[in-house]
Amino acid sequence: MSSAIQSRQSRTRVKSTASLAHRLAERGIDARLWLLAPALVFIVALFVYPFAYGIGLTFQPLARTTEQWGGGPFANYVEFFKDPFTFESVWLTMKLALPAALFNVIVSIPLAFKLRHRFRGKRFLSTLLVLPITLGTVLTAQGLLIFAGRQGWLNRFLLDTHIIDQPLQLVNNYLGVMFSLIISGFPFAFLLVSSYLSGIDPSIEAAARTLGANWRQRFRRVTLPLLAPGLATTFILTFVLAFSVFPSARLVGDPGGDTRVMALMAYRAFGEQQNYSMASTIAIMMGVIELVVIAFVLLGRSFFYKGSTGGKG
Amino acid sequence: MTISASSFDALQLKNVGRSFGGQDALVDLNLTIRAGEFIALLGPSGCGKSTALNCLAGLLPLTHGQILIDDKRVDVLPAEKRDFGMVFQNYALFPHLSVQKNVAFGLQMRGVPRAEITRRVAEALALVRLEQHATKLPGQLSGGQQQRVAIARAVVLEPRLVLMDEPLSNLDAKLRLEMRTEIRRLHQSLGLTTVYVTHDQEEALSLADRLVVLREGHVQQIGTPQELHDNPANWHVADFMGYRNLLDLTVETVNGSEARVSGRGLSLAGHIVHHAAASDSVRVAIRPHDLTVVEPGASTSGLNTVEATVQVVEYQGREFAVEAVTDAGQNLFVHASSAPRPGDRVTLGVAPSRVLIYQADLAAEAGSPVTQTPLESVAS
Repeated sequence: MSSAIQSRQSRTRVKSTASLAHRLAERGIDARLWLLAPALVFIVALFVYPFAYGIGLTFQPLARTTEQWGGGPFANYVEFFKDPFTFESVWLTMKLALPAALFNVIVSIPLAFKLRHRFRGKRFLSTLLVLPITLGTVLTAQGLLIFAGRQGWLNRFLLDTHIIDQPLQLVNNYLGVMFSLIISGFPFAFLLVSSYLSGIDPSIEAAARTLGANWRQRFRRVTLPLLAPGLATTFILTFVLAFSVFPSARLVGDPGGDTRVMALMAYRAFGEQQNYSMASTIAIMMGVIELVVIAFVLLGRSFFYKGSTGGKG
Repeated sequence: MTISASSFDALQLKNVGRSFGGQDALVDLNLTIRAGEFIALLGPSGCGKSTALNCLAGLLPLTHGQILIDDKRVDVLPAEKRDFGMVFQNYALFPHLSVQKNVAFGLQMRGVPRAEITRRVAEALALVRLEQHATKLPGQLSGGQQQRVAIARAVVLEPRLVLMDEPLSNLDAKLRLEMRTEIRRLHQSLGLTTVYVTHDQEEALSLADRLVVLREGHVQQIGTPQELHDNPANWHVADFMGYRNLLDLTVETVNGSEARVSGRGLSLAGHIVHHAAASDSVRVAIRPHDLTVVEPGASTSGLNTVEATVQVVEYQGREFAVEAVTDAGQNLFVHASSAPRPGDRVTLGVAPSRVLIYQADLAAEAGSPVTQTPLESVAS
């Protein structure tokens, strides 16, 4: 016992001959971390401080809010949950973001499967699928209006050929925003699913074939379970993208009705009602709701196998 | 042992070929496999052996030819209906399923009742001695154990044919030897018809009843290990079978199947394997085992003798592998029973019957018949 203590003491007394950087590294400190300092300053100044400031704002409601809704410093939150006009926007946003994210992920799967093999025209097809990533939302919205609006090419063509006699209402409503979310979100989903799929060793599927599994069984029993964690991640990313939809909800949507999304409500509170603290409250609640959905998806993801899938990953 | 082979009489490959974008990967493979036989497809990488195996498994469609089992075509069946078991080089286990469920997978696909699945899986795991790892995930096992799971997964279905694609090449040397014995043991106890792909001639020789040597998609020779070992059909097969001394010489005189060849300061009497005429350029193959250092005082009558200087000596257990160089600068790989020292002058001796003379041009040799052992002569 005493000798153990002694040896520990003697060990501390022995001066290490290694360099300072090496000694720090042994304690898990990388001396070069100070290079991160400028970035940290930026993060604190441009993200942490404004974010904290925004949270602070939510507890400083306007006098008229406190009067109407009560709740003292929580008046903004009371209004958010009690005012049907505000709270409804949560469901309106969900109704857009959830189906859009689901559609993007689910449709990516068969396309990623198809594009895994080599064939003529593969590069052309994948370029076509990914190209919309380069278009901004505003450009997409403008294109949608020109193509699918009441006086757009599509309607004029259909009217001129007498296939329809009333123009189709494809933009300035729920559908228009959905199209826009799919056009901008699908390339992300497709790229992610493709890379997750290429991480699965093809010989695993070949093994399932030789064991007598048809394509349906192979997909359900082998590929899907291995792909599921990746699909969950993809879903989260496209969902977050779609949830914060703003420009298209205004440009190709029905901002007063079906596509009165949360981002739009926050903008309105800030721009039209000069209610800065309510705008902050809506923005914070957007984040909270996204986090709740993400937590649910991650909880589901934790039940899947997440280890190596044997491929080039 | 209730796991056993489902039976058929013969599996026939008729002119099986496969090309990729106009490139021939496999050309006219003709082979008849009898039930219970262990066939090794042997060749360097890119020779078409894996292509042949994938064609058999149904993972690659044939470009031409047919595969027949008892005169019924199977090449038109998709892989999942062929009832063949396959063991992959990288094991290809399902990483998200336990060992047990990996082995049970094929049985579940066939709709076998649950009680029977449990019994057969337990049996298969006992066979490869992995009972205590049944509930682990593949990632928790060593390479050798993973490969045993892969083998159990294939044989539990009692397949008509087991295909193995270089199953040992990802294992270290010691494990490779152990697994080799294991595979041989399984084959002997279950009698499963097996086609085994490898680039390791030693593995092929020790495991197989018959070997098929491939080069650039073409069959070079089909025969028993002994036939290939002692009488390679051309210098390429000889090279593959461990004839490390390949000498480009010229024929001087021919006397029946004997000839004298010379060049590079050597003059040897040798055995013509197929055909050779005077002044042909030939490639002479001699196995290091046959070219030995003659002990001082031993008789050299009837042997070719070569004077050489020892360069490198390697101890290989019971004997010594020696690299020697002749006065004309030709390197030779020889064996010695006692250790010479580098720099020693030695006399090397080789029997004329073990100096094999081949046409240097493989195409010139190709016209000669390749030894195909008749089916009946193969011991099962």
